[in-house]
Amino acid sequence: MTKEQIEQVKNNPKYQKLVSERSRFAWTLSIIMLVMYYTFIMIIAFDPSLFGIKMGDGVMTVGIPVGIAIIFISFILAGIYVRRANGEFDDLTREVREELGDIA
Amino acid sequence: MKKLLLIALPLLLSVAAVASGTIEGEIEKQPLNVSAIIMFLLFVSGTLGITYWAAKRTKTAKDFYTAGGGITGLQNGMAIAGDYMSAASFLGISGLVYMAGYDGLIYSIGFLVGWPVILFLISERLRNLGKYTFADVAAYRLKQAPIRTLAAFGSIATVILYLIAQMVGAGKLIQLLFGLPYELAVVLVGVLMILYVTFGGMLATTWVQIIKAVLLLSGATFMALAVMSHFGFSLEAMFAAAVKVHPAHQAIMAPGKLVSDPVSAISLGIALMFGTAGLPHILMRFFTVADAKEARKSVFYATGFIGYFYILTFIIGFGAIIMVLNNPEYIDHAKAVVNGAAPILGGKNMAAIHLADAVGGSFFLGFISAVAFATILAVVSGLTLAGASAISHDLYANVFNKSGEVDEAKEMRVSKIATVVLGIITIFLGIAFEQQNIAFVVGLAFAIAASANFPVLFLSMFWSKLTTRGAVLGGSLGLATAVMLVILGPIVWVQILGNAEAIFPYKYPALFSVTVAFVGIWFFSITDNSEAAEKERALFEAQDIRSQTGIGAEGASEH
Repeated sequence: MTKEQIEQVKNNPKYQKLVSERSRFAWTLSIIMLVMYYTFIMIIAFDPSLFGIKMGDGVMTVGIPVGIAIIFISFILAGIYVRRANGEFDDLTREVREELGDIA
Repeated sequence: MKKLLLIALPLLLSVAAVASGTIEGEIEKQPLNVSAIIMFLLFVSGTLGITYWAAKRTKTAKDFYTAGGGITGLQNGMAIAGDYMSAASFLGISGLVYMAGYDGLIYSIGFLVGWPVILFLISERLRNLGKYTFADVAAYRLKQAPIRTLAAFGSIATVILYLIAQMVGAGKLIQLLFGLPYELAVVLVGVLMILYVTFGGMLATTWVQIIKAVLLLSGATFMALAVMSHFGFSLEAMFAAAVKVHPAHQAIMAPGKLVSDPVSAISLGIALMFGTAGLPHILMRFFTVADAKEARKSVFYATGFIGYFYILTFIIGFGAIIMVLNNPEYIDHAKAVVNGAAPILGGKNMAAIHLADAVGGSFFLGFISAVAFATILAVVSGLTLAGASAISHDLYANVFNKSGEVDEAKEMRVSKIATVVLGIITIFLGIAFEQQNIAFVVGLAFAIAASANFPVLFLSMFWSKLTTRGAVLGGSLGLATAVMLVILGPIVWVQILGNAEAIFPYKYPALFSVTVAFVGIWFFSITDNSEAAEKERALFEAQDIRSQTGIGAEGASEH
């Protein structure tokens, strides 16, 4: 890729849109994952008894649904990303490549 | 041989006793677990058939390393799950749940949460930039020889450590389950993995992993359903029964001793999350699919399968508390006399195996034993292929080969030789480590992956100012710190070397070693004023465009 070609790609509005929107989306989801996981870990490190609090009269504690929920949320967030990336972002990528013509 | 029988007999006797409904203690000789061996032979002949089929389709280097790049997202997701769900995580995590309840869930979650992050930040860039190994990406705009040497070193170290853990686990498991001698088991695993990889390359490895994932998920699903149906599919009823019989009672429903201080907690989290994103055999799987779209799908499916599997192991562990803990068939009476408690036959990792017998009888026990064996084979094959690729593609073709032109046939021959040599080394190490405490080995593999492989790979894709000097020095520092802190830590320094107190007090070094790696890479990059460094920084933009759009990516051309 020559310097001019790089400039041409970088100045393409659709490319700029693709990069900024996808980065924002990917980092937002990553931060949600990290915050969720490290909150979980920090509670275990600093106040594990919080997860031992019983829900209702039985033996079920708060920690069990929280733990299972993290597994489900991980999967759901992955699904949300793939849906948008394989649809909207891939369409945008195709448009960028068409506009760039012989560079792509 | 005598010693082996002594270990294997009690288990087999108990199996026989359950199967025939005889009263406990009656002696019925059953030196070999026949149904397990038959099912295992079926798996082996099936997979060798696949290897024969794959061998005919493996002609080029691209076929060998990436199965031609034609694996679909769903297949690759299944194979990633098959690569990642080791026998250690099946038996180890269900065993941990059996011993400590909730702590097993903490571990599982740590092993899972890295996956979505890999999807969001790494998978498509990796697919767009790479060819055969993750070093292709790390060395994309940096100097080939030093970066590939570091990446290959990190890969081979991770692979060999992981292989040792798998081999020792395989030997012990097979000795216990099948009544075969340890050495024979290790040689058998080694020979089969050499056959799969040398002849069938990535295509055979992928299918072995897919079949294993299907078998493991089906077996675990059956066990979890059997446990749940016992309690009318009420989680509350199951937990209540477990709390009643477990010696720790209500304590198994909350976090216990696994992570007790914040530093260990964060450190374990970093090791599991970043370590997953630095495992060479996992990263390599992203090059087997056609494009970024399929790469994303692979991780989505893999996250689903792995998450589902961990929920199953949690139920299996609780099922084992209820059905194994109070059943004298599964208790090691000889040990109980000495220790007073009720230790489980074959150690805590056998909880899931005993539960298989309790819910499905000896036939299902045979099935689960065969699945555990298949699981090990699938994981070691993926590891060996990754190790061999680091040797042939990174070291041979791009470091030692100064001429520039790479003869593809020669490179493939080197990777096959490397597979055989790695296999033989692994067999010897597996036998040498039989009596060793290998608890630190997988932790060390994850620490190296997180501290050497991951920071270099990550920054090469995200940080324009990265230079060769920064990557090599920072990555090496991370690697050295990880190794040193593991040696000075409680497991090696105290438990293995017999010192009174650990110099480094934490079991998991990742928090420190990953920080050292990132700071090192940053510092030695920004202070690099050489002309070469300027050029490397200038190349970032073109790399970034390719990683964002897939323009020029391997296998992306449809014409």
